[in-house]
Amino acid sequence: MKSLIRIKAIMLKELRQLSRDRLTFAMVVMIPLIQLVLFGFAINTEIRNIPVGLVDSSQTYHSRLLTESVKATQVVKFGHYYQTAEQAKQAIQTGEIKAALIIPADFEQRLAQNRALAQWMVNGSDSILSATILGLQRMPFIPDYKTRNLPNQGKTFEVTLFYNPSRKASINIVPGLLGVILTMTMVLFTSIAIVRERERGNLELLITTPVSPLELMIAKIIPYIFVGLLQVIIILGLGHLLFSVPINGSLIQIFLGSLLFIAASLTLGLIISTLAQTQLQAMQMTIFIILPSILLSGFMFPYEGMPILAQWIAEVLPATHFMRMIRGIVLRGADLIDLWHDSLWLASFTILGILVAAKRFKKSLD
Amino acid sequence: MTELAIKADKISKKFGQFTAIENISLRINKGSIYGFLGPNGCGKSTTIRTLTGLLSPTSGDIEVLGLKIPEDADKLRFKIGYMTQKFSLYEDLTVEENLKFIGNIFALGKKELQERCQEQLATYGLNHLKNQIVSGMSGGQKQRLGLACATMHKPELLFLDEPTSAVDPENRRDFWEKLFDLSEAGTTILVATHYMDEAERCHKLAIMESGQMRADDTPEALMAQMGVNIVEIKTPGLRKLKLKLMEQDEVRSAAQLGVRLRVLIYQSIKKPVQWLLSNFPELEYAELEQVRPTLEDVFVAVTGKGRQ
Repeated sequence: MKSLIRIKAIMLKELRQLSRDRLTFAMVVMIPLIQLVLFGFAINTEIRNIPVGLVDSSQTYHSRLLTESVKATQVVKFGHYYQTAEQAKQAIQTGEIKAALIIPADFEQRLAQNRALAQWMVNGSDSILSATILGLQRMPFIPDYKTRNLPNQGKTFEVTLFYNPSRKASINIVPGLLGVILTMTMVLFTSIAIVRERERGNLELLITTPVSPLELMIAKIIPYIFVGLLQVIIILGLGHLLFSVPINGSLIQIFLGSLLFIAASLTLGLIISTLAQTQLQAMQMTIFIILPSILLSGFMFPYEGMPILAQWIAEVLPATHFMRMIRGIVLRGADLIDLWHDSLWLASFTILGILVAAKRFKKSLD
Repeated sequence: MTELAIKADKISKKFGQFTAIENISLRINKGSIYGFLGPNGCGKSTTIRTLTGLLSPTSGDIEVLGLKIPEDADKLRFKIGYMTQKFSLYEDLTVEENLKFIGNIFALGKKELQERCQEQLATYGLNHLKNQIVSGMSGGQKQRLGLACATMHKPELLFLDEPTSAVDPENRRDFWEKLFDLSEAGTTILVATHYMDEAERCHKLAIMESGQMRADDTPEALMAQMGVNIVEIKTPGLRKLKLKLMEQDEVRSAAQLGVRLRVLIYQSIKKPVQWLLSNFPELEYAELEQVRPTLEDVFVAVTGKGRQ
């Protein structure tokens, strides 16, 4: 009971300080905002006017109609025309065009037989770009009354991806970004939390009071959980509004998953806070967490492709587990039970971390 | 027999090679104001931190309010108030928020907290500053808030580490009035200072130098026991005279105060004025007067042995 009063007192104090510290408060809102906009535009899937080539071996009214329909989507811009598919392929290889539309000579026959009408050849090394062209795959094409009662059941186009047929990432970036932003802000905030009290001289007073280390640690973490959830809402909400990020999984699962990761990140920061002597040191140590969290967690490079050693390091970082987890939830609609390995790991990390931090935090100045 | 608030026997604290305090023994009566007087770096803060359990002593035994320190430091925390040298409350909270925070940390009940807040605000003249953010306040105001917070839970024992170092003399006097009120109400107060006038107000005093206790008694007794007589000389050519006097074995020290020279002469000389006149013919026309010792003389007499 008394413990609760104390925890509440520290939490309230923490929130008050946070609301008066404009810079930190700005970080809460600005980091997700700026990152989202920066990354958001970089991963903009609404790509328009991709320079493409055209090989029309059919040269019929319908083939021109198809070309016009594709043009009307504004996704691509036909700037180059080739005689053969081989020439187009060459152009892709040299980087002249990103993709080429190949309309075969038997186009009219395919139209009548309701088969795929034409083929896209795409430079698939850019996964966002290939995703965009793949989006055209099922573009409806109903040339006239004759075929209207025979709606195009299958694909309008066949798509051939060159260089990167498995088409990684793109959608993976969005939930991944959630992990990166949360790592950055959560670890940073709490890593400073205790050090700041030490630097400002508050700690010397605080440790002569009956506050226990565990009470202090828990009270330091809880306010930032709300900050973290606020960021999740900002990121996913804005991501959905501005960049039409699909949110397939259940919101409760996303919320709970984020909660686990936020708690783990905060704990990590708290441990740093008990190690560092100054705020600067805390910042520096935080960078050691943030960098591998961005590079090794699977956010930038697929986890499976990394060397074993890097995988081991990645396995220690909460961010790695979160990436796996949140992608599972958002993309495959999985839940925390399916991903029990990662959920359990994050939960254990949090509990263990708080205990370590409380143990490391001595109520003395020795 | 009066009860002891603090009993310390031969405590020492070493930081690596450096000995911060050495063989400090203390007996502090309940309800008294006890002073630590000494220059910066003499070990006052270390002693206080050791007594509160913030530092564990390298050797020695400590008993504070009947509790073994550092073993029972957790229990002690409910009974003591501590004002650090540097202002240690939250600069970005208001006066009232700070008070309530400390009250909650000591888990005061809701009603008690409210009452205590009102009381403290009134006692320490902070009512009109209630909603003021601390960072904008003056040194004197901050220090009043510091004391208000330190006494929020009515501690039996109050540790004050150079509480008035950032405060003007007037505020310092007011501050001491509050301390006397607390002492009157039964609080034991231990205060570290390097101001003579503050030290003189203490019931008992320890003079510290480089980690050691040089003297420990009431200010009056210290002045009486110091073993020197003091003569003030008013004459031209004081600088030269000072050098000459310092060469004498009978002279403990000499310090110039404006147009006068304050000379401390060992009590082996029974009549210091006559001794001066007979040994220094140039003083024939000077004004000589034997004066009452001050605490500063005591301080000079017991410390600085290795300095001159």
